Amino acid sequence: MSSNKKYWKSVEELNENSSIVEALRNNEFVEEIPTNEFLSDAESLTNSSTTRRDFLKYVGFSTAAATLAACEGPVHKSIPYVLQPEQIIPGVADYYATSVFDGFDFANLLVKTREGRPIKIDNNTMPGAKFAANARIHASVLSMYDSMRLKQPKISGKTATWADVDAKIKSSIATVKASGKQVVFLTSTLASPSTEKLIGEFVTKNPNAKHVIYDAVSSSETLDAFEMAYGERALVEYDFSKASLIVSVGADFLGDWQGGSYDAGYAKGRIPKNGKMSRHFQMEANMTLTGAAADKRMPMSVADQKQALVKIYNVVTNSSIATSKIDSEDAVIKAAQQLKAAGAKGVLVSGIEDKNAQLLVLAINQVLASESFSTSATRQIRKGSNAKVAQLVADMKAGSVGMLIMSGVNPVYTLANSSEFAEALKKVSLSVSCSLKEDETASLTTIAAAAPHYLESWNDVSIVKGSYGITQPTIRPLFDTKQFQDILMSVNGIAGSYYDYLRANATSNIGGSSWNQVLHDGIYVGASAPATAASVDYATAANNLAKSKSANGFELVLYTKTGLGDGQQANNPWLQEFPDPITRVSWDNYATISRIDAEKLGLENHNVADGGLNGSYATITAGGATLENVPVIIQPGQAIGTLGLAFGYGKKAALKEAMQVGVNAYSLYSNFNNVQSATIKKAAGEHEFACVQSQKTLMGRGDIIKETTLEIFNTKDAAEWNEVPKVSLDHEEVAATTVDLWTPFDRSVGHHFNLSIDLNACTGCGACVIACHAENNVPVVGKEEVRRSRDMHWLRIDRYYSSEDTFAHDNEKKENFKGLFGDKGSLGGFGEMEKAADNPQVAFQPVMCQHCNHAPCETVCPVAATSHSRQGQNHMAYNRCVGTRYCANNCPYKVRRFNWFLYNKNSEFDFHMNDDLGRMVLNPDVNARSRGVMEKCSMCIQMTQATILSAKRDGRAIVDGEFQTACSNACSSGAMIFGDVNDKESKVATLAEEDRMYHLLEHVGTKPNVFYHVKVRNT
Amino acid sequence: MSHIYDSSIRKPLVIGDKTYHDVTVDVAAPVEGKANKHWWIVFSIALAAFLWGLSCIIYTVSTGIGTWGLNKTVGWAWDITNFVWWVGIGHAGTLISAVLLLFRQRWRMAINRSAEAMTIFSVIQAGLFPIIHMGRPWLAYWVLPIPNQFGSLWVNFNSPLLWDVFAISTYLSVSLVFWWTGLLPDFAMIRDRAVNPFQKRIYTILSFGWSGRAKDWQRFEEVSLVLAGLATPLVLSVHTIVSMDFATSVIPGWHTTIFPPYFVAGAVFSGFAMVNTLLIIMRKVSNLEAYITIQHIELMNIIIMITGSIVGVAYITELFIAWYSGVEYEQYAFLNRATGPYWWAYWSMMTCNVFSPQFMWFKKLRTSIMFSFIISIVVNIGMWFERFVIIVTSLHRDYLPSSWTMFSPTFVDIGIFIGTIGFFFVLFLLYARTFPVIAQAEVKTILKATGENYIKEREANKHSHHE
Repeated sequence: MSSNKKYWKSVEELNENSSIVEALRNNEFVEEIPTNEFLSDAESLTNSSTTRRDFLKYVGFSTAAATLAACEGPVHKSIPYVLQPEQIIPGVADYYATSVFDGFDFANLLVKTREGRPIKIDNNTMPGAKFAANARIHASVLSMYDSMRLKQPKISGKTATWADVDAKIKSSIATVKASGKQVVFLTSTLASPSTEKLIGEFVTKNPNAKHVIYDAVSSSETLDAFEMAYGERALVEYDFSKASLIVSVGADFLGDWQGGSYDAGYAKGRIPKNGKMSRHFQMEANMTLTGAAADKRMPMSVADQKQALVKIYNVVTNSSIATSKIDSEDAVIKAAQQLKAAGAKGVLVSGIEDKNAQLLVLAINQVLASESFSTSATRQIRKGSNAKVAQLVADMKAGSVGMLIMSGVNPVYTLANSSEFAEALKKVSLSVSCSLKEDETASLTTIAAAAPHYLESWNDVSIVKGSYGITQPTIRPLFDTKQFQDILMSVNGIAGSYYDYLRANATSNIGGSSWNQVLHDGIYVGASAPATAASVDYATAANNLAKSKSANGFELVLYTKTGLGDGQQANNPWLQEFPDPITRVSWDNYATISRIDAEKLGLENHNVADGGLNGSYATITAGGATLENVPVIIQPGQAIGTLGLAFGYGKKAALKEAMQVGVNAYSLYSNFNNVQSATIKKAAGEHEFACVQSQKTLMGRGDIIKETTLEIFNTKDAAEWNEVPKVSLDHEEVAATTVDLWTPFDRSVGHHFNLSIDLNACTGCGACVIACHAENNVPVVGKEEVRRSRDMHWLRIDRYYSSEDTFAHDNEKKENFKGLFGDKGSLGGFGEMEKAADNPQVAFQPVMCQHCNHAPCETVCPVAATSHSRQGQNHMAYNRCVGTRYCANNCPYKVRRFNWFLYNKNSEFDFHMNDDLGRMVLNPDVNARSRGVMEKCSMCIQMTQATILSAKRDGRAIVDGEFQTACSNACSSGAMIFGDVNDKESKVATLAEEDRMYHLLEHVGTKPNVFYHVKVRNT
Repeated sequence: MSHIYDSSIRKPLVIGDKTYHDVTVDVAAPVEGKANKHWWIVFSIALAAFLWGLSCIIYTVSTGIGTWGLNKTVGWAWDITNFVWWVGIGHAGTLISAVLLLFRQRWRMAINRSAEAMTIFSVIQAGLFPIIHMGRPWLAYWVLPIPNQFGSLWVNFNSPLLWDVFAISTYLSVSLVFWWTGLLPDFAMIRDRAVNPFQKRIYTILSFGWSGRAKDWQRFEEVSLVLAGLATPLVLSVHTIVSMDFATSVIPGWHTTIFPPYFVAGAVFSGFAMVNTLLIIMRKVSNLEAYITIQHIELMNIIIMITGSIVGVAYITELFIAWYSGVEYEQYAFLNRATGPYWWAYWSMMTCNVFSPQFMWFKKLRTSIMFSFIISIVVNIGMWFERFVIIVTSLHRDYLPSSWTMFSPTFVDIGIFIGTIGFFFVLFLLYARTFPVIAQAEVKTILKATGENYIKEREANKHSHHE
């Protein structure tokens, strides 16, 4: 609203015709400006103190100042949503429940997305969602942002459109049908009711079509055995929490045996409760996670394992099948008798890939009526048949296969006779490979059909019979991809998308529940009845097994490593850098061999001047194939006469150069037999390993990993088996934990975070390591840097071997040192203790920043970049850090990690942080560190603060369990429990009060906020 | 005081038939004359080493500390070893100029100028390392307690590294002022003799208008005494504080209360060795044998022998305490030091520092110039190893065996160390050509009392008097 008021500046304005007003309007300065007077006054001009030079200085300064003032900091443009999606709030994470099965690994997940990007895999904790993510599944989110993915379909190596691909496939089907040749779908195990239905429909319509299932790492014999006994092709589901006695004959059930995911149940039974915990016997050739956890581990070749299995069968079933004698005969018999005595509380599992052996497993568990043995909710995740795959290759060679459509498989890499397959593939007129990568197979097929990642696709999966999970996309497909199922839809002539089909099909699988509910939960669990056992002649099976021949020369036992599994994610830098839980070697596979055999063959391992591990090379021949330059690791616990070698390495196609490491063990996997007769001989040269732990043993330092036996634990006072170190105060011995140099700080107000780690429950699976990597944007540094002891992991799992046969004996030996020299001298003694025993006890200890209340790092930082919070967290202010590394030196736990180089946007470190796509996985809540600063575990402060804020916003109290860290979230075995000890009702507060609680290096007086629980062995 | 005659059993401190004018001429000669070929050769080598070191530093700062051999377990190695080594070497200068001044030791006068120059140049080398060892050296000024706009950020006064900042900067500034004060009359002497106007102008500036009046001399004496008083505690404090970098930590092998005296003794030990190394060469090259005599070298050798033995006792005490403590981590740290993978470093240290100075018990050896020179080098090698042993062998195997590893230097580690040696010699060689390397004004004050010809004259007079 404009105002009509007029303000007069003088009275003159009253008179409209005033000449003064007029004059002023025309001329602002009434009087003339005396320029001439000024310029003509030469005297004052020359006397003025402002000289011409000064004037120029002022001009110069003002110009510079004005210019500088006009400068702004760099502008980082962010693009706001044009239309803000209703469900996405910038800065707030969304979670989607999903289930995954990639042909090898499976899990029920909760995917965390930020601004539409999936950035983290968490476990789905809904009841019924019992399969937690392993290290590989945790890392799988990064595999989606892999810059080497196949970005669009290709026909004969040339970029094509999906319309071309569809047309080509359809026309080809018609031609093949006319020619009478076969159309074959070669897939990994699908475990997807809808996909199987789609294939089924196609096969019904086209009698010349068939579906061959191929598991890269086969469980065919086990499936055959179960099929024979129960009439269906599935794997037994075991619940180890119900067992008081576990006998495992070569089954690495804490690793990848039958797909894994047994650790939660196992760990439950391992925590001593009411004086009881399960007892575990392990007979195995390679040292595995399971063997490491066992109460008694018997290194045993697979041939001996077969004999042992028959011996156990004899004891349990009171049979007397003739067996050959084996080395640990007595121990096996003892285990068998205990198993028999345990009855329904006992369980026997075996990883021997032999139908007869697996029949005996079924027989023994049937006789025991084992409660842990369940045939109702059987595992559906392995279906492959060796015979059918072999038949397919034969058919292809014969030229009777006209069309081959593959999905989720890479036979050119994973088949032992891959060259034969590749040759036969040429005789197939149209081959299609649906693949994430242009891998070995996809680069040979006519059509490389770019497939979406599971985080970009729809699917359903039935991991165990009766359960139904939905895989839902969490992001729009990043590339021009099409999933296998959509191709099936189009060849079947079904209109619409796979989503529609899936949704329609789901109704029959979800009982009374609704699609929305199941989609929300990610899982639906229905009932399933136990399978009925057919009568099988187990005695014959036992007889045949007892007569099986042992290998000539060495027995090569092929296995999968915790890091890479079957090798699908070989281009994932997190997994490559992940140190193997047993050998702690990253970026490699290698032949493991016992010390005794290594000495015979002249194979060596030694550490060089910078601490890096070097190992001899060997040439291994097995199954008619030879692998050259296989690096050798001398593995404590390896059965004599056996070798171990992991699958998943030695890949070359669609991998960054840094990831092309290791040797391809599949080439020795002839006839899908994971046990091969092999010869090994030393080759020239030495391999440079990237091993993160050069000291293998605990050196008798029993206070680092405190352990005791169940008997002592049950009968003796805690002070005996969980001794608190003593110090002398005023000439009196007092507990070190009671002495304090510092003024106490009242920590009872607000939250006080503690992390509890139960060494009994920890299996060393490494899921927490990868979860931490993902949550905290931990950089990947590459093989060379890891070799130089510069790994950046915030959380590591230390693995120790005993030097004597047990850790207890190590401690005893050290206690009994007398003087420096002689038999019991400490000089020689410590040297001996550096060497691991041939069959050592193993202990795992996850170590991250201990968040000491009296942190040695905090006092030494000259710029106070690391300081303590009142919530107990030890903070690290990256921006303040000048990088003196004093804190790291003064850390008794050596958990601080220094940024030796710039690890992001640096082509020297060409991993995911060096490309735009890979950086999409970064957690926006945690900043990427620059070079020259120290970093370390923050106790996931971004997570605890988010929890506090959300509770505050809702105006509610925080419930126990809401506070989590990435590691405690990922831990499916319940070994890591995080929470607020000021909440006296919380789980962690209870755990902190338990007898088994101790702090790492208590005597240093650091008062950590991370505590451990004494390991109890049931020996 | 200057004419208090020494006892006749004391050896003369100025040899030969030197008059006051001779002293002036001898000291001014290197400044006024031209450099010879040897000087240029040595200077070129030193300069090349310095430039190589400089490029290694530039490489480190532009690429990252990763160019060094450090790792997650061993966070300090050559960097801090070199730092402590250079600081230690710096100790002799102050001890000679300040402590010996307070004790009225006249023999210091011939050597204090160069010893103190050595101090300053080596503290400069030392000061380099705490800066370049930082991950982000461009933020090094954050360790200074300067008011800032970062909020309430302030330095952490608990940190021994911060104490280092104060200790080293105080030491450097006090030493520099002390040194310069002593230089004033000598600069004035050169100024007065200079014929080249440019040279004259430069020395006029450097001499701060010294006029040689009685008042100047009186103030000069007073200031020297006050500065000596100030500098004396620094002799003890600097290395005490450096030792606290280790002593206040919790790492076995570092966490030791014996460190302060042990480090100070070691510092004096290595400092005197370095003074010997430098002066044995300089007396020859600059024709100063008359002023820096065998007597001087012998006295320094005795100090080397004594401090070397103190250091030896400290080493043995450490071992004893490790055993006596009953703490297994402590015991292992020392066992590992002597017999672990770095045993060769430990025994090099023991041989060089504890055994080799014992030869100085023999008069023949401690008055041998060649032998003194060799031992002085050996001692400095030993003292470098001492710091390496303390730092690396304690860190590489500390509490958790899982983190044990090894350290091996890269060419950058080595290059920077060699570069600082080059830098040191560049400075020292320039100094030797442009500064009066002997405190001639002070030497003149004792010439009558301790000059050989004056002593002889006195003796002769005494005899004639009796006759």
